[in-house]
Amino acid sequence: MAEPTTSEYRLIGQRVPYVEGPLKVTGRAEYTDDIQRPGTLVGRLLRSPWPHARLRAVDVSAARALPGVFAVLTGERYPTTFGVLPITHDETAIAVDKARYIGDIIAAVAATDERTAERALALIRFDAEPLPEYADPRGGTDRVPEPIHSRGLNGSNIQKEVVQHFGDVDAAFARAAHSVRVRGNFAGVTHAFTEPLVTIAESTPDGRLTVWSATQVPHYLHRSLSEVLGIPMHRIRVIKPEVGGGFGGKSDPLPHEIACAALALETGRPVKLLVDREDVFYTNHGRHPTQNEVRIATDADGQILAYDIEALIDGGAWSSFGTVTTYYNGVLSMGPYRVPNFRYRGRRVYTTKPPSGAMRAHGGTNIRYSIEVALDQLAERAHLDPFDLRERNALPPNSTTVNQFRITSTSFRKCLAAARAKSGWDRKFRQLPYGRGVGLGCGFYISGSNSPIHFTPVMPQSTVHLKVDMDGGIAAHSMQADIGQGSNTLLALIVAEVLGVDIERVHVQRVDSDVSPVDLGSYSSRVTFMMGNAARSAAEKIRAELLTAAAELTGRPVDEMQVGHERYFSRVDPEVGVTFLEALHRAMARSGALVASGSFNTSPLGGTFKGARAGTAPAYSFAAYVAELEVDVETGVYQVETVWAAFDCGRALNRLAVEGQIEGSVHMGLGQVMGEAMNYRGTRLMNPSLLEYKIPMPQQMPKVEILLVGDDDPEGPFGAKEAGEGPLIATLPAVGNALYDAVGVRFTDLPITPDKVLKGIDQRRQEGRPWKGA
Amino acid sequence: MPSLAPLRFRLNGHPAEVPAEAARILLDLLREDLHLTGTKRGCDLGTCGCCTVLVDGRPTLSCLTLARLVEGRSVTTIEGISPPQGLSPLQRAFVETGATQCGFCTPGFVVTATALLRDHPHPTREEILRAISGNLCRCTGYTKIVEAIETAAGGGA
Repeated sequence: MAEPTTSEYRLIGQRVPYVEGPLKVTGRAEYTDDIQRPGTLVGRLLRSPWPHARLRAVDVSAARALPGVFAVLTGERYPTTFGVLPITHDETAIAVDKARYIGDIIAAVAATDERTAERALALIRFDAEPLPEYADPRGGTDRVPEPIHSRGLNGSNIQKEVVQHFGDVDAAFARAAHSVRVRGNFAGVTHAFTEPLVTIAESTPDGRLTVWSATQVPHYLHRSLSEVLGIPMHRIRVIKPEVGGGFGGKSDPLPHEIACAALALETGRPVKLLVDREDVFYTNHGRHPTQNEVRIATDADGQILAYDIEALIDGGAWSSFGTVTTYYNGVLSMGPYRVPNFRYRGRRVYTTKPPSGAMRAHGGTNIRYSIEVALDQLAERAHLDPFDLRERNALPPNSTTVNQFRITSTSFRKCLAAARAKSGWDRKFRQLPYGRGVGLGCGFYISGSNSPIHFTPVMPQSTVHLKVDMDGGIAAHSMQADIGQGSNTLLALIVAEVLGVDIERVHVQRVDSDVSPVDLGSYSSRVTFMMGNAARSAAEKIRAELLTAAAELTGRPVDEMQVGHERYFSRVDPEVGVTFLEALHRAMARSGALVASGSFNTSPLGGTFKGARAGTAPAYSFAAYVAELEVDVETGVYQVETVWAAFDCGRALNRLAVEGQIEGSVHMGLGQVMGEAMNYRGTRLMNPSLLEYKIPMPQQMPKVEILLVGDDDPEGPFGAKEAGEGPLIATLPAVGNALYDAVGVRFTDLPITPDKVLKGIDQRRQEGRPWKGA
Repeated sequence: MPSLAPLRFRLNGHPAEVPAEAARILLDLLREDLHLTGTKRGCDLGTCGCCTVLVDGRPTLSCLTLARLVEGRSVTTIEGISPPQGLSPLQRAFVETGATQCGFCTPGFVVTATALLRDHPHPTREEILRAISGNLCRCTGYTKIVEAIETAAGGGA
């Protein structure tokens, strides 16, 4: 069927309020902690006070003897390792032989109430031998006396090393007209979602285990529970209630989820395990603290000749997504530009600190900051406007990168043009008064990882089931995980668009592994692209049945029938038609309720070299942001006033949700620039609370001018690509480069706190250098 | 066992009498004893605002409030703010502007903003920002939350 023209869409591209909005504004939306099963026990975890220790013996007898205690578990009960990536299983639900960071789970208790559980934890006695602690990844790159894990490379704490070289980087630098080197140092940041981690588990006499959890990837949790607990997947039921934000922090299967299920199995009672806010910080899995060095070479005209990149990534105690992180710090550095020669060495090193993992715009954020700051310097050196430099190097549509990423749609040039025009760049850049500045930052991001994390069995990345019964309601099932980004609304929107019905007919069902077909969940910005295509496919099957029924009822040929609003009619004679319900009931006479399954899978992409699949995606989003800010040069405090966010997400399917993702991304990106940091003294986290780990206040939020300029993607549903993570990346360098424009100081490390700004200003004053330009 | 003397207060407009230990926290009393789960537990430290309720009409962090302190006073939760059918103008504005994403902070914002609009029916932007500065939202960048409050204040219904 031919693609309808833009004007033919009824709902696609509109501002569609979130379908669950009325439940959320009244407090009626049900989150995991709101569920109260009768007879529920309280689960609590004992966490390691040692950064690194051998656990020799443990005495739980006093804890077990305490009245009201139903179970006390230590690591040896379920020693099977797990982890989100099948190739790096190195976690256990509860520490088995060693504790590897302050906060590592070393015992779990289920008791009648919180107080009893806490008393039981206090009665557990460990005989622990302290081991060397490793706070800095630089101390773990060679052989160490006591590796944190036995799988470290050659007796070191290196978890993963990636070396890639395409083209001839040294030759490119040798003939370069300009080159720069930027060394960056990035503090770790964390997701700071508002809903703490929480799990409920219940084992029932029919041999089944039900787990409710605040997770954004219920399918991987399902697999991990099965692997660690030794229970076949079909006997485990995973339910995802509403989730209060994730941003990657609820995408790993987490140890407390498995420990909670283990307590339920042990006790035969429902167990609720709420991880308190402090322990949410220790659980972390946030953005990796990273040290990097970027060298870029260009010819005299500013054409990029080569990138040469090194990254040293602080992994914390577990692998988590770390192998992916290590690749991404290299491969996500290149787009949106054409880079003909590329060399990368990345190492992710275990430390005895809370694990880092995936956080919004995973793997691309820190490296892109360094690249964009380096390009700003190069533009200055080559006497080019930063926009012109980027324009000159933009990847064209339908091209292939040096590491064999397939680029189909890109509206990056349109992003540049829109951001430049709307921000008034040409009359502001290097022309604003001292203390005021504008900066440009650009980005790109994967629209779904082309390779699912689990390769076997081979199955689609996303499946959607629809059921339409005689009441005219449409039940939509999928394990796609709405964590606030609006994917339930998107699913309803697509189904309603395809069938021509009002969106309130579509009821998106809660994720429940018993009835929801597998979708791999909310990570890698995959949901719009993959679930969207699956939903469209399922709805088109239902539509075919309805159009056939409409043809039968009207006596017209089926290929003459078309979809209207709640009706199907003849395109030849538009007065001839039937209502949605008439068509539905006719179709149901044959087979009862209409049911359909739609699915989506990616086709193979990328090269054949080792690691070639990392970063391949069926499409990529692109961004060009301009930030304008004002620095108080006496205090170093700065306020970002406006961000012009030009973004290419293909066709925006729900404009309201896309705006929400961009505004939220700017806020989160701003947090990492302006002050968010996981602060450690040695291996001890110093700020595990939302008071000391500060996200930007409402007053610090700039005006965000959203410029959606994307052309339709050829493979995305209705031409759409991702808008959940890519919008974060460009924020950071736009601010960093604007600070340079404002006060003439280069900031290569994040966060850029007022004290650093003030120090930079003072230093420049002492050097007596003019504030604008080099 | 600690004594469980009854606590008497007005809850969402009705008299309530609940057993409560001296150390019982208002948030726990609401969520666990009374099953009013619209009030959310985000931090237990008064840092996120998700647990905001009105005590005698004033936005109050229920996680930092001993239940005993509301003896004889009036407590309004998100359940008490919501009309029996449909939505309040402010709630409708939150839905229509897309001011909810994950929604976990939303009840706290709605409670806070309801009090703001009651006392200042036409707040300035600065007053809105100040009023909500004790409520954290990690999803929206506050943009659409401020827009929703402005929409509701601008004649709302």
